[in-house]
Amino acid sequence: MAQVSEYRGSIHQQQKDMMLDWYQKLDDAAGGADQPTVSMMISGNCVELLEGFGAAPMYPEVNALQLAIRHQSLEPILAAEELGYAADNCAYVKADIGCMLKGITPTGGRLPKPTLVLCNFVGCNTYVKWFEHVAEFTGAPLYVLDVPFLRGEEPSQADVEYVVRQLKEVVELLERLTGRKFDFDRFRQAVAYSSEVEDLWSKIKHLSKHSPSPFDAYFDAITLMGPLYVYRASERGAEFFRSAYEELRAKRDANEGIYDREKFRVVVEGPPPYPYFRAFRDMFAKWNACAVASTYSTVGGLWEFGFRHDPDKPFESVAMHMLAQNVTNRNYLQRYDQIRRYVNEWNADGVIIHFVKSCRLFSAGQGDMRDYFTRQLGVPTLYIESDLEDPRYFAEAQTKNRIDAFFESLEHAKHAAKVGA
Amino acid sequence: MTCMTDFERTFDRLNDVIQDISLGSVRRWKEQHPAGKAIAFFPVYAPVEIVHAAGMLPVLMSGAGDRLDIQHADSRFGSFICSIVKTTLEMAMTGHLEPLDAFLFSSICDSARNLCYVLKRNFPQMYVDFLHLPHSTSGSSVDFLAEEYRRLMVELEKLGGVIVREEALHKSIALYNEQRRLVRLVYELRARSPHLLRAWESYVLVRSGNFLPVEEHIDILRHALESVSSRDAKKRDSIRVVIEGSFCEQPPLELIRMLENAGCDVVEDDLTLAQRWFTRNVAVNGDPVRALAESYVHHSVYSSVRHDTGHPRSDGLADKIRRTQAEAVIFLIAKFCEPAYFDYVLFKKKVDEMGLPHLLLEFEEKLFTFDRIRTEVETFVESLVFD
Repeated sequence: MAQVSEYRGSIHQQQKDMMLDWYQKLDDAAGGADQPTVSMMISGNCVELLEGFGAAPMYPEVNALQLAIRHQSLEPILAAEELGYAADNCAYVKADIGCMLKGITPTGGRLPKPTLVLCNFVGCNTYVKWFEHVAEFTGAPLYVLDVPFLRGEEPSQADVEYVVRQLKEVVELLERLTGRKFDFDRFRQAVAYSSEVEDLWSKIKHLSKHSPSPFDAYFDAITLMGPLYVYRASERGAEFFRSAYEELRAKRDANEGIYDREKFRVVVEGPPPYPYFRAFRDMFAKWNACAVASTYSTVGGLWEFGFRHDPDKPFESVAMHMLAQNVTNRNYLQRYDQIRRYVNEWNADGVIIHFVKSCRLFSAGQGDMRDYFTRQLGVPTLYIESDLEDPRYFAEAQTKNRIDAFFESLEHAKHAAKVGA
Repeated sequence: MTCMTDFERTFDRLNDVIQDISLGSVRRWKEQHPAGKAIAFFPVYAPVEIVHAAGMLPVLMSGAGDRLDIQHADSRFGSFICSIVKTTLEMAMTGHLEPLDAFLFSSICDSARNLCYVLKRNFPQMYVDFLHLPHSTSGSSVDFLAEEYRRLMVELEKLGGVIVREEALHKSIALYNEQRRLVRLVYELRARSPHLLRAWESYVLVRSGNFLPVEEHIDILRHALESVSSRDAKKRDSIRVVIEGSFCEQPPLELIRMLENAGCDVVEDDLTLAQRWFTRNVAVNGDPVRALAESYVHHSVYSSVRHDTGHPRSDGLADKIRRTQAEAVIFLIAKFCEPAYFDYVLFKKKVDEMGLPHLLLEFEEKLFTFDRIRTEVETFVESLVFD
């Protein structure tokens, strides 16, 4: 029998309700309610700015992953391929466009034509293409917010100024499109809520330093990521994360882990295979292996190392978040460093590198990453390949065999070390 | 007649320059310029004028084609990644990039960007940098890009010990303006009289400029343009096609020849965008760095690696088709090239609206057998000729 691998507390039901309320808001907007909506990308999103207009974000990635987790992604993917999308195009995009063509939504409710398609391009070139296509197929206006990639350790003053000037252009554009005046005080308040939420989220992430970890920082983190991106800049988001932190801290204090006996602590790099989410999780559960940190949970923002939005510098801190504080706009070697810190500071036994065919931003060069961790640092790594959205690329038996072999060898190494000691 | 024979051999000689993965032409330049640095850049574009004004040789590296077996790079980049990324890394891992002192990348795609940092980690002796070229025509994009170019200038100055003077930059801009003007003339000639200059000839003529010093390339272009007009060549009964989608990884030369032999006059392509990146001359007065930035933001050719607000790329393709009076489009796309495959969807939609036939072909730089593609192209051409 598979080990119970999931913590299900009140936060799971709360997040479900919050996400359904969000979809309801979008449905109302589609029905003609006075509710501006802005299509954005999860990575490095500037949801705070939208609060200044009372606008709701629409995240096509969330729609795509919801479909995949419910085993409904193949139909829209095939519809998009019929239109001309290639096998090698990102399946998130294909699922999203396919849904548009076939009128499929994750909840069965309606999705509105967005007031603005705001391409918050952070690192991922596919985003630019994706949003060009969304604008083409919906007829909605498009603004590409050009966020310079983080070439060095920190963004330059010119980088920050460039993004701030564009954010102000977005404000002017949204004023024209919505007919609403930008509410600067509300924006600043939104930035303050974000700061609080980020602090709580960061504290939650540090709870997994404890052994046993009270939650899985890969699989369970995904549960918390919906509210993090949709509600981060609001009172409701702050309330949710206050209770989530309390709940998980109580588990930590009571020494309650995901597993009765946590055997392995791993860091996971790369997005999950959503079409086989449950099966994938069970492959780790079998070994009582808990993810104590993950890079995927930092696509929307990297907060565990100290960054917070700043209500005293609202535009500048939104720009800093987009430029430097999300994993997708940080350079590839900074990701190596991020994982290295997780391994050391979260006391992990190894790194799981999940190559996903759809996402070259994450996956291109992960063989080199493996080389760095295994040869240079001597950290055990497992490299597996599948996809985050397209069920055709998940080889269940092969993946399971590789995961089993990895943990068998880790177990052997631990045993040998014990005997040797 | 002797003179003509020499000219005919020019194309083979230029092809040798392109095919030489030991970078003989770069090595020769460095022998002649002992203190000189060679600065490679990955497709599609880099501000070569700045490199030139620093007394350095810009070299556009478009992979190793079919001339290098991949033995090490596969394990670093895994499945589903295009060949050019792997052959570039393979060249580095086998010492083929030794004559190069730097490697510049820009915001064209996710695989290329990660390659930049993999090179940086594995080859710390090389100056490897990433330039953020804007995907925006916002009012602030020019200011930003000018700063980005100034950052590059400082790095090059550190590397070469030469201060980049405004006057030198103006001269370099003028030289590259001339190179771009001549390349545009080559393309105009081909669109007008494709029988006088075959696509493969035009391709090696222009692409050799990736490796040769610009002064030398300008002479070659001038000589070729003069000589071609007096060629005794017969018009062929071919259909006029535009090739789209090969802006980064390059198809084997044999494939380009095959398209022509199968009955296509290639009247336009995006194989060599770097040498005609701007639609007009860059200003040679005022602040030259700003002039380069302005040109990039406002006067670049349309390309699958750049978002141009308000100017959809499909409109760019439509203009190209009309200007060259093309009868068909061949989408020639490198395997795993995501930008090209995304654009294919909207390009195809546009070409369908225009009522033009089109054909999608996929290639890899390491393609050795062309039978299947030849059959596809011949069938496509026949269907048009006998329509």
